[in-house]
Parts: sequence; structure tokens; C-alpha cells
Amino acid sequence: MNKQKVYWSKNLKYIGVLMSIWFVVSFGCGILLKDFLNNYQLGGFKLGFWFAQQGAIYVFVLLIFIYVLLMNRLDKDFELEE
Amino acid sequence: MDIQTWTYIIVGLTFTLYIGIAIWTRVGTTKGFYVAGGGVSPLANGMATAADWMSAASFISMAGLISFMGYDGSVYLMGWTGGYVLLALLLAPYLRKFGKFTVPDFIGDRYYSNYARSVAVICALFVSFTYVAGQMRGVGVVFSRFLEVDINLGVILGTGIVFFYAVMGGMKGITYTQVAQYCVLIFAFMVPAIFISIMMTGNPIPQLGFGDQLSDGTYLLDKLDGLHAELGFAAYTDGSKSLIDVFFITAALMVGTAGLPHVIVRFFTVPKVKDARISAGYALVFIAILYTTAPAISAFARTNLIETIHNKPYDKLPSWVINWKKTGLIEFKDKNRDGIVQYLGDLSKNEVKIDKDIIVLANPEIAKLPNWVIALVAAGGLAAALSTAAGLLLVISTSVAHDIIKKQWKPNISEKEELMWARISAGGAVIIAAYFGINPPDYVAATVALAFGLAAASFFPAIVLGVFFKRMNKEGAISGMIAGLLFTIFYILKFKFGLLGGGNQNDWWFGISPEGIGTLGMLINLFTALVIMKFTPPPPNEVQKIVENIRIPEKID
Repeated sequence: MNKQKVYWSKNLKYIGVLMSIWFVVSFGCGILLKDFLNNYQLGGFKLGFWFAQQGAIYVFVLLIFIYVLLMNRLDKDFELEE
Repeated sequence: MDIQTWTYIIVGLTFTLYIGIAIWTRVGTTKGFYVAGGGVSPLANGMATAADWMSAASFISMAGLISFMGYDGSVYLMGWTGGYVLLALLLAPYLRKFGKFTVPDFIGDRYYSNYARSVAVICALFVSFTYVAGQMRGVGVVFSRFLEVDINLGVILGTGIVFFYAVMGGMKGITYTQVAQYCVLIFAFMVPAIFISIMMTGNPIPQLGFGDQLSDGTYLLDKLDGLHAELGFAAYTDGSKSLIDVFFITAALMVGTAGLPHVIVRFFTVPKVKDARISAGYALVFIAILYTTAPAISAFARTNLIETIHNKPYDKLPSWVINWKKTGLIEFKDKNRDGIVQYLGDLSKNEVKIDKDIIVLANPEIAKLPNWVIALVAAGGLAAALSTAAGLLLVISTSVAHDIIKKQWKPNISEKEELMWARISAGGAVIIAAYFGINPPDYVAATVALAFGLAAASFFPAIVLGVFFKRMNKEGAISGMIAGLLFTIFYILKFKFGLLGGGNQNDWWFGISPEGIGTLGMLINLFTALVIMKFTPPPPNEVQKIVENIRIPEKID
């Protein structure tokens, strides 16, 4: 029972961190901070525009794979592999 | 060979493939019909999810839409991909562990109430029918444009194919045809994109060409912003929607995506919890290939379009413009009679009307690609529309056969009878969808806002609360869903359909458009649910056990 609680709270911690990044790259860099970031260039892109139309999506993909790795490791540590 | 012959050949080949798969994947059990026996590999499920998710609108219309919206189009790009992070982290693994067949199954069991189940069934049916009507129409449109057959005949042909593999193979048939359809559609989308990128920037990767220099040494996007300023359009990289509206629409699309039943059920088809997580990752990779290419096509096509038509004499327009003029997708009117085309932001002087769909459909001709590539785009558009339609039809058939007939009306029917009902309802749903494809209600486009709004305001909060708040009870969840739904429906009816007093942009609450209101609906749902929960008894012990159980992956079955 206790073990379950530890597992769950670790999972919540991972989710919390990853969802914060999710929020920052999309709603943050792509929307709220867009005008500010547009002062910087990334090649031919204005940075804020790049986050909104490219960057956020790449980070989304990465976030899911990081979560998969973290959870697979956690499942192994807690011997919860199916 | 001419375009039409190529189109008949390529579309014919892909349709034969889909039928072949249907015969190979016949099913004989309800588990096979509803969730493909739960034995789909995560990679195949990722591909199927991508095809399931990317509809005729994503394939044909999105790049064009962004082309005319510039930065504002980002709401679709982030909104329709960011939802997968929510799915992978907050929904898919737990719903897989729960291990039933449908979303209303989860809502009904978790909130120990057939009333909650009914609310969920009604939402699922509404969302799916709304969506499927648009897909069947898309099939008809592709047929009529590329094969010059009547739109209605096109709808009937598409219906016939979906009917065959959905009714025979259920989820199993749908899954493996979707895998094939993904391959067709992504190939068809990428080939013209790569050629256009090379043509304009010399870079074969559209995502990089997007930020690259044109042959005259200026960056594509700077050039485009310059052209926009010259012609009196809002800057391409800036857009014209308000910040709060962009924020709310993006959030509503993300949350709505994560709450769409035809996407969620795909995660019931993989064997393990861990597969559900990774297949959400694969799905997003497959989706991201198209979603990061689309805005590049938008910018290429926009620049190309302006340079091809603006300030050019009417009698010297390139042949693709003449060809597409026949379809009515591009229209000219020489207002000042100077014999030269003016394409301007100022509506009183602008002489060109362009339909957004032309951006993807005419792309291969603009890039002077061979005829077989044009035929491929037709097959891709059909694959996108058919795969989404099939996924939605399955949700409708499961909702009727499983959630209504088996769970509420006739709990004692045998598996064979349930399977028969599932097939009958799939067949019935296909026919209704075809009817709406032939007689599209003129508010189809508007109802998409409603579909996302409803998914955002109902399913998403109910499921997340059900997993993450053990204390959440039926009183809280049901009142939350009803409050969120009523609010969202009210707002969309008022501001999108002009009912209940109507109103225009200036009357929007907090400047939020009907497309973005689902976000507020979701917040209202969460708030109502949490408040009501405080004043009502906790859920029974066995329900709390279910919650503890779905949080831990352990063995299933």
C-alpha cells in the first residue's frame, strides 16, 4: 500500500514537471511571450513565431518520450512490469 | 497518361488494398469488434491513431487555412498536437489499465451511475456525428474534383468502402486499414511539400526550408512579411487575433483533442499500459510530420501565390490558375479594368477570391510535378477522410450496441447478439453519415467548434478528475459535466448560430470566440465538480479501489 503511494507521488511529480514545460513552450513561448521573443531570430524565423509553428510541436514529442522513459524505469524499480 | 487516368489507377489500387485488409481482418467477438482484441502493437496503433486523428480537414484545408491566417494559424498547430501530451500523461495509461471498451464505460463505472453513462453516451454520439458528416462530404468533394464525378456519387462510393470494412472487421479492420491509410496520406502530403521546398529554397526538408533563404537571398518569412505589408495584409508572422483568444482557442483544441472519444478508444486496443504510453508518443511523431510540414507549405504557397498573380496581366496567368478557375476555387474580377490582377488586403480594391483548399490541392501543379503526384494527392485526401470517418463510425456503433443496448436496455443479451447489434448500428451510422454527406447542413463548419467545445467541457475534466481525485463522486462529476456542457452549448448557440439573442465579436465575453469557449467550459466543469464534491458523500469503497487499481500498471486480465 505504502509502495503504491510512493509510486503514485513520483508519477505525479514527473507529470507536474513535464506539464510545466508543456505549458511554457506552447502558451508561454508561442503565445504570451511571442512578441518579446520575436525580437530574436533563429535562422530565418522570428523566435516566437518559430515556437508557435514548429518548436512547441517538437518539444511535445520529446516530452512524451521522456515520460515513457521515466515511467518505464519507475515501473522497473517498483517491479510493476507487466 | 493524363491526371484522370492516374487518379483512377491510384485510387483504385488503394481501395483494393483497403478491401483486402478488411477481408483479412474479419472478427467474430465483441472484443475484436470494439478494441481489435486488445492486441495491436504500439507502433501500429500510433500510425492508426495518426490516421484516425488527421481528417480531411487536416489534409486538405489546414495548410491553406494557415496560409491565410499566418501566425493565427498556430492555434491549430499547437492545439491539435499539444492534446497528445495530455493524452499520454493524463489519460491513456489509466484508461488502458481500466480496460473496458468505451469512454462512457469509464464514466459510468467510475461514477457508479447510469445517469453519468447516459450523459457521456449522448456527448459521444453528438461529437462523432458532427464530425463524421464533414468527412463524408470531404470524400465527395475529392471525388468530384479529381475524377469529375458527381459529389453524391463520390459520397456513395466512399460510404460503400467504409461500410464494408467497418461492418466486417470492426476495430480490427479499421485499425489495419488506418495503418495503410496513414502511409498513403503522409506520402501524398510530403512529396509535393519536398518538391516545393526545393523549388523555392533549395532545401529538401520543408521544416528547414521554411526558415531558409530564397534565391534572391532574403529569408522566406521576411519576404512574406514584406509582401503582406506592401499589399495591406496583417504581417504574416504576427496575425490579427487577440492574445486572449489565441490562448483560449489553443487550450480548447488541446483539451478537446484529448477528450475526443474516437481518439481515446484507440488506446484501448494495445496490450499493456506501457504500450498505451509509447503509442501516444508514436502517434504524435506521425502527426507531427504532417503538422510541422503544413505551416511550411502555407508560407511557400502564400509567397508563390502572391508572386504569381499580383500585378500580372490577366492574359498571362499560368496554366494552373486557369485550370483551377474552372472549379470556382479561385475567382477574379478586374474591378478597375486595367487588365492587371490586383491582390490586396483592401477588400474594395482586391480582385481575387481564393478558396483555402486550393493551397494543398493545386500544390503539385504549382510546383510543376508529374501527373501521378496529383493523383496521389487525391488518394491521400480520400485516405485522410475515410480513416477518420471509420474511427468515428466505430464510436457510434459501440456507443449504441455496448453503452445503450448491452449496459442499459438489454443486459442479458449474448455476445453474438451484441455483436450483431454492433454491426447493425455501424451500418445504420454509415447510412446516416452518407445522408449528411449528400445533404450537408450548412452549419457543418460551425459545428466543429461545438464538437471540440463539448469534448473539452465534458469528457476531459470528468476523466482527469476520475483518475487524479479519488474523492471525486458522482454528484460532483455529473453536475460538473452538465454545468460545463450547458455553458458551452449556450455560448456557441448564441455567438456562432445567432440564437438566444445572438451577438457579434464585440459582445464576446472577455474577448473569447466561440472556438475558444470550451476552455472556459472546462474550467466551469472543474470548479463545479470540486465544489459539489465537498458537500456530498465520498464514492463507495469499491469505486475508490478501482481508482487505486487504475493508477498502478500491474498485470491486466
